[in-house]
Amino acid sequence: MSLYFLCLILLAIGIWCLLVKKNLVKKIIGLGIVEYAINLFFILLGYRFDAQAPIIAKDSNSMIMVDPLPQALILTSIVIGLGTTALMVALAVRIYEKYGTFDISEIRKLRG
Amino acid sequence: MIELHVILILMILGAIVAMEIEDLLSSVIALGAVGLGLTLEFLLLKAPDLAITQLVVEILALIILIRATVHFGVERKKYKANPLYFLFAFMFVGVFLWFSAKALKEIPNFGFPIMKVSSYYLTQALEKTHATNIVSAIILDFRGYDTLGEATILFTSVIGILAVLRKKGRSHEK
Amino acid sequence: MKNEQGMSIIVKRITRITVSLIFLFGVYIVLHGHLTPGGGFAGGVIIALSFIHVVLAFGKDFALRRLNEKLASIFESLGAVLFLTVSLLGLFLAGIFFLNVLPKGKPFNLLSSGIILPSNIAIFIKVGAGLFMIFIALAMLRITEGKKGE
Repeated sequence: MSLYFLCLILLAIGIWCLLVKKNLVKKIIGLGIVEYAINLFFILLGYRFDAQAPIIAKDSNSMIMVDPLPQALILTSIVIGLGTTALMVALAVRIYEKYGTFDISEIRKLRG
Repeated sequence: MIELHVILILMILGAIVAMEIEDLLSSVIALGAVGLGLTLEFLLLKAPDLAITQLVVEILALIILIRATVHFGVERKKYKANPLYFLFAFMFVGVFLWFSAKALKEIPNFGFPIMKVSSYYLTQALEKTHATNIVSAIILDFRGYDTLGEATILFTSVIGILAVLRKKGRSHEK
Repeated sequence: MKNEQGMSIIVKRITRITVSLIFLFGVYIVLHGHLTPGGGFAGGVIIALSFIHVVLAFGKDFALRRLNEKLASIFESLGAVLFLTVSLLGLFLAGIFFLNVLPKGKPFNLLSSGIILPSNIAIFIKVGAGLFMIFIALAMLRITEGKKGE
């Protein structure tokens, strides 16, 4: 149970970074940390003691394996996280071109 | 079991470092270290598919992030941080952590999952699909719609990036 | 001066060897997706990384003459259409979308397990070409001097 709590502390660090920092790239880093924490939490839910990986080998007959369903869902989620990070970085680069800074307090003051 | 705790504590320290350093390039590299720790965690939790995917996706995310930040200089001018922001964020995170600690008593203990749906997948995967990688059989045969949705999301993000970066600064053909 | 862009001559010689190895490794992970860990997504990202390796080592203008964006966009659309075709086969042949209709051979063979192998190949083409196009779009951007306005 302490593993779950440490994972939630990682999630809280990511949310704090997203709320407090003023640099746009720091906010993207904060979202990345939140994604890592959520993926780890799902895989921690599906672990089973003294079990093997969900691959059927030729010479072993035991079917005691860890839970494969969270792994299938998180595989999708990792690649989607890459897509959204790339789109956020493209938007941040465009904002830098237009306003000349990454600081959101200054961007809020300038009116186009 | 102790190594899971150790790597998780190292990831938390890496996340704090990535958050506080002012230089953008160093904080992106610290984020890469957190991703590498996550790969080791996936390997220790017996998920080899995820470890391979997380490693290569981490490398690509680092390349894209470094491309965005390395040309632009560090802004030395610091804004005066409003202390009200800190107070509200602290209260929000505190309430979140307290309620989640109370909710953690409801889920089953670590290491004893309830596998109602997965026991069906584990016993029927070999006869119905003749594939030995059960995770591949789940994402492409039992739950194919999720893979279709993910392919759509990747396509949409590529189109979105091309639409955002299109007009200004593209090198014209010679 | 045209040969001076990109990295040094040692990096260029080594790149010729390692790019083919990385490409081969990516294709191996995709084709054995139903037998060993891996699958279409990991293999596609590895292929995109091998193309990025070429662009980084040889300089933008030299490498993007062959691997241009029209080719990448054709391959990405081809991968998406192939994935939809494979899933519509179930609809046409048996009446249920996404049904596993190709013959399933013996387990542990390479050509087994029905619809999983063509799906993996379609996803691999799509993800590889798409991620390479993201990198081209970010790499060809040039920051002009004017800052505020426009």
